[in-house]
Amino acid sequence: MTDCSSHVPVLEVTDLVRHYRLPRESLFAKPGHVYALNGVTFQIQRGKSFGIVGESGCGKSTLARNVMALEETDSGSVKILGQEVVGLSFDQLRPLRQHFQMIFQDPYGSLDPHHTVGRIVAEPLAALGAISNAERDRRVAEVLESVGLKTRDVTKYPHEFSGGQRQRIAIARALITHPELIVADEPVSALDVSVQAQVLNLLKDLQVQYGVTYMFISHDLAVVEYLCDEVAVMYLGEIVEKGLTENLFTNPAHPYTRILLDAVPKPGSGKRRERIKLKGNVTGQTERRVGCSFQDRCPMVQDLCRSEKPPLKEVGPDHLAACHFSDKVSAAG
Amino acid sequence: MSDVQSTSFLSRCRRSRSFVVGGLLTGFLLLCAFVSLFWTPGSAYDIIITNRFLPPSSLHWLGTDQFGRDIVSMLMTGTQNSIVVAVVAVSIGLSIGVSLGLLASARRGWTEELIMRFSDFSFAFPAILSAIMLTAIIGPGGVNSILAIGLYNIPVFARLTRGSANAIWAREFVMAARAAGKGRFRITFEHILPNILSIIIVQATILFAIAILAEAALSYLGLGTQPPEPSWGRMLNEAQTLMFLDPMQAIYPGLAIATAVFGLNLLGDGLRDILDPRLSRKR
Ligand SMILES: Nc1ncnc2c1ncn2[C@@H]1O[C@H](COP(=O)(O)OP(=O)(O)OP(=O)(O)O)[C@@H](O)[C@H]1O
Ligand SMILES: [Mg+2]
Repeated sequence: MTDCSSHVPVLEVTDLVRHYRLPRESLFAKPGHVYALNGVTFQIQRGKSFGIVGESGCGKSTLARNVMALEETDSGSVKILGQEVVGLSFDQLRPLRQHFQMIFQDPYGSLDPHHTVGRIVAEPLAALGAISNAERDRRVAEVLESVGLKTRDVTKYPHEFSGGQRQRIAIARALITHPELIVADEPVSALDVSVQAQVLNLLKDLQVQYGVTYMFISHDLAVVEYLCDEVAVMYLGEIVEKGLTENLFTNPAHPYTRILLDAVPKPGSGKRRERIKLKGNVTGQTERRVGCSFQDRCPMVQDLCRSEKPPLKEVGPDHLAACHFSDKVSAAG
Repeated sequence: MSDVQSTSFLSRCRRSRSFVVGGLLTGFLLLCAFVSLFWTPGSAYDIIITNRFLPPSSLHWLGTDQFGRDIVSMLMTGTQNSIVVAVVAVSIGLSIGVSLGLLASARRGWTEELIMRFSDFSFAFPAILSAIMLTAIIGPGGVNSILAIGLYNIPVFARLTRGSANAIWAREFVMAARAAGKGRFRITFEHILPNILSIIIVQATILFAIAILAEAALSYLGLGTQPPEPSWGRMLNEAQTLMFLDPMQAIYPGLAIATAVFGLNLLGDGLRDILDPRLSRKR
């Protein structure tokens, strides 16, 4: 890191908490809560790709929506390029939004069927305010070209495109303001496997071309391993392990990470790790429990885990894990 | 719109039998109303007692009524009346109801609660009954019956709009628009309204039929269009006493009402199929 400005992380999330309030079951019942995010902390440096993995319902999309300032955050802080966004009004956020854009999971749902491709792609510019038509058309043509679409596609409607092409349109829309940060919420999981690779390569190329930083959400470890420099593993609204992709994939320090990795068949690796299996089912997110959040499903659970919550602690260089027995997880591997 | 899309739209129109039949029936009624503005075969107003109960002839295609007025002319002028009442009443309901529904959906919270409780309240009364009640309060007459029917239409549109708009608000492309920085007002006009327009059009067609029915009912009861303006409902009322003397007198306006309601309902059904975005997306 030589450049001074690169010391400011593009994204800095601190102790982010989001609890959804459920509707009351009856008039006098206490309203329940979904504890979707329980204090999430991480940073992403400029030009890096940060992966977030975890099973369905662990709060990945909630994290994305809160980073994008699309819903009320309960507490914590989200700084984008050093600028706090939590607590700003929608109007205050508008000029800042050009610096952080989002790609959604479903390319069939994220494009308005009644708008032309040109209008869809120009949407972030249109929302930003005054810009000449010529300049807008020029920018639209530029991004369409960089995502591999044709300039004459601007007059077409989304239904005239395949899933992979639609996701390219969505990527073009996210790129048009030349943002610093792109939050991608499972951008390839709705696509065919063959198309997935094309879109991932496109995302990689665009990162080089535009120097953009990715917060990349996925439940597919292979995808994250391919694209990301750093990975955080989420479980029930918490980060349970975080580290450089290589370290984390070769040396998992949390039993949950290890189980996830063991579930992926790896033809290349010579050494076969002894498999450990997951116990039980996903426990609900509607109650808060004492001790480790993973205790109900952990194969190596001890008494300590039921009484004391393990902090996220250093287990190696740039490698954090929240497990009382992380040394045993690594040793077993 | 591209060429591909418009041709497929036309061919879908032609393939939908209910759209074609409903469109023809509705078109025929519109034509009758339009022609009657300039020309009718006889007079719908002049009372000539010596001409009463004439049988159908080349001069009086469907004969005359007990006051010697030409029945075809009365039916044609009555079409005009029904259409004007329905258009104005549906427009009142549409403009206010759709605005309220969009507002409820965009604001949520207590605004939505208030608007929806208000429309629940008015829903407790059936269409015609509430129109009768309203005209009983504000007095009979053509304008008042329009108002009564229009007021009834407001909550119908408000509910439909709010329900369909809420479904669109939950879509990812709306989230994308928010992430781009578009405000709720702007999203409502650029994304929500175009996506629910077809549903609203279909509903408007069907409420159009209900409005024609309601107007006929009010006029039949003497609460709607006042004499000497011809109206299908009043023709029915006047024919009632002659049911056994000359039953055709009641059958003609009855058929006119049935044709209008049937045609509009078919048109609504056809439009529903044609405008269904799921069908148009598959092409
Ligand atoms: N608006 C909401 N109101 C109430 N609960 C919600 C809301 N949005 C999400 N949740 C709940 O919060 C939890 C986290 O949801 P989230 O969508 O973030 O999961 P996810 O990790 O993205 O899952 P997936 O992989 O299926 O997309 C889930 O239990 C979900 O039911
Ligand atoms: Mg999700």
